[in-house]
Amino acid sequence: MAQVTLNALRKIYPNGYEAVKPASFTIEKGEFVVLVGPSGCGKSTMLRLIAGLEDITDGVLHIGERVVNSIDPADRDIAMVFQNYALYPHMTVRKNIGYGLKNRKIAKDIIHQKVEEAAHLLNLTDYLDRKPSQLSGGQRQRVAMGRAIVRDPLLFLFDEPLSNLDAKLRNQMRIEIKALQRRLGVTSVYVTHDQVEAMTMADRIIVMNGGQIEQIGTPSEVYHFPASTFVASFMGAPAMNLLDASVEQGAVVLGGQTIAALAGHGPVTVGIRPEDIVPDAHGDHAIEVTLIEELGAHRILHAIWAGQPVMVSVAKDVVAAVGPLRVAIKAAALSFFDPRTGRRL
Amino acid sequence: MKPVKFTAIVDHLILITGSLVMILPVVMLLQMASTTDLETMRNGPGLVFGDQIPVNFHKAMFEASGFSGKNTGLNMLYNSMILGFGFAIGKIVIGMMAAYAIVYFRLRFATFAFWIIFTTLLLPLEVRILPSYEIVQKLGMLNTYQGLIIPLIASATATFFFRQFFRSVPEELIEAARIDGAGPIKFFVDILVPLSRTMIAAMFIIMFVYGWNQYLWPTMITTEEGMFTLVRGIKQITQSLEGTNLPEYGKSNILQIIAILPPVLIVIFFQSWFVKGLTDSDK
Repeated sequence: MAQVTLNALRKIYPNGYEAVKPASFTIEKGEFVVLVGPSGCGKSTMLRLIAGLEDITDGVLHIGERVVNSIDPADRDIAMVFQNYALYPHMTVRKNIGYGLKNRKIAKDIIHQKVEEAAHLLNLTDYLDRKPSQLSGGQRQRVAMGRAIVRDPLLFLFDEPLSNLDAKLRNQMRIEIKALQRRLGVTSVYVTHDQVEAMTMADRIIVMNGGQIEQIGTPSEVYHFPASTFVASFMGAPAMNLLDASVEQGAVVLGGQTIAALAGHGPVTVGIRPEDIVPDAHGDHAIEVTLIEELGAHRILHAIWAGQPVMVSVAKDVVAAVGPLRVAIKAAALSFFDPRTGRRL
Repeated sequence: MKPVKFTAIVDHLILITGSLVMILPVVMLLQMASTTDLETMRNGPGLVFGDQIPVNFHKAMFEASGFSGKNTGLNMLYNSMILGFGFAIGKIVIGMMAAYAIVYFRLRFATFAFWIIFTTLLLPLEVRILPSYEIVQKLGMLNTYQGLIIPLIASATATFFFRQFFRSVPEELIEAARIDGAGPIKFFVDILVPLSRTMIAAMFIIMFVYGWNQYLWPTMITTEEGMFTLVRGIKQITQSLEGTNLPEYGKSNILQIIAILPPVLIVIFFQSWFVKGLTDSDK
């Protein structure tokens, strides 16, 4: 278990592309941090910088007490789980899990014991003498986990480990990984493009976009107080509604109606979560529902509000029909963004 | 009974004709090897098998031809084996190592080096035979196994195949190995070589047969009879028609059959691996 500190960590590829813009943050001991963002946002590069698979262009990286900038991946005392598992296809599960220990010249009986322990923890005991090709996706994923935990590393790194699994297995493995991490208490960095994974697993989420960190915060902070329109639209499904409005005389005006108080003057982007717009016969606002998406537990109403599309999430017992609808909004749940920079006001 | 399709008959006729074309010369060889040289000289190839195979076999394997008395069939077989195995193993080892360097190390001129190696495909030994001979001669490697094998190894086929194969090995495997603490040599030995084993088997067959069947180069490089390979030595035997001596047909025919056998056996033995190596790979 270790604290990981990044100080202005930066990656520029030889072709001049800046994959990671100077990033600084600290991951506390035992914390589970999820790096999330769309593809190409630099989250995997960030992980690979921490792993040592990419050279750091600038900045300082601490894992535990040590500066590890120029230390080989093998000596950073980390373990990594890859997206396609990266199991050695010609080795049995037992050898796959024990390979890292064998390379560290650890005595055979200790390796045997540790592999057995890890296998027991992951329910792999019956599969120890099989080859990876004889295992299912979920089992392979567990072998990859076993390879990581058997080494007792300071830090776990996960590179989209669940994206090759089907939806059901993904949910199950998500819980397993989280529970395992809790149990072992190892500091972890987890990369994903799936915001549901990020929300459910993370102690803290780091949202990245275009090589830059957009926001660092707990899942609830990121969800309720997005730092930018990017975070607002990336986190949450369906995404936060972003509406163009203007601030006039200390009030936010949308479609001729005042919806909240805000100091300043000029255009503003209003962010409101679909579940914070509530159908209400006595509501102040009128929207025009154009389409209803049935999702079982709830419904998504696609509607037009003051000429702009909005989505409204309602519970399954709310009667809704296409056509005009009166709604109320939870004023406390509104977010305001600068329309030029996209930053939160 | 199911009606026999006309196309099926045609297909089988073509296949049978093909098999006969392949098999008949071998049967002829066997027939001539089973009669005395006099009979062969008088009647040529016939339909009746004689009883001379053991006699001819003994002559072929243990009786020397030529002047030095070293040129027995057994000795030639031994030399051919050394050439076949030495060539195949040498080529695979060097090809794999070269491909490893080209694919996995960020050498400055790796691509350039690869294409330079690749161009040797355009320059087989036959094209550069005079300079090659000169070099081997100057190095004092005439009539040696090194002289026989090394110049043949210098060609890009194995490097090329292994390069293509290594490039298809997923990147994550190397990264996982790096994190697992495997250095370049460990990664090569523990992971890459076992992964390539079907590929190695396929290359081994091709290379062994190629080396075994070499004729021109061994003819040039070996002048001592003790160094003759089977393929090169057989010609020597049938040629010695001088004076009242009959050419030793029986002996040479037996040797020819023996010369066919090892490549056939190797192909049969490695067949399943061969197909695997060239079609799928369990990555």
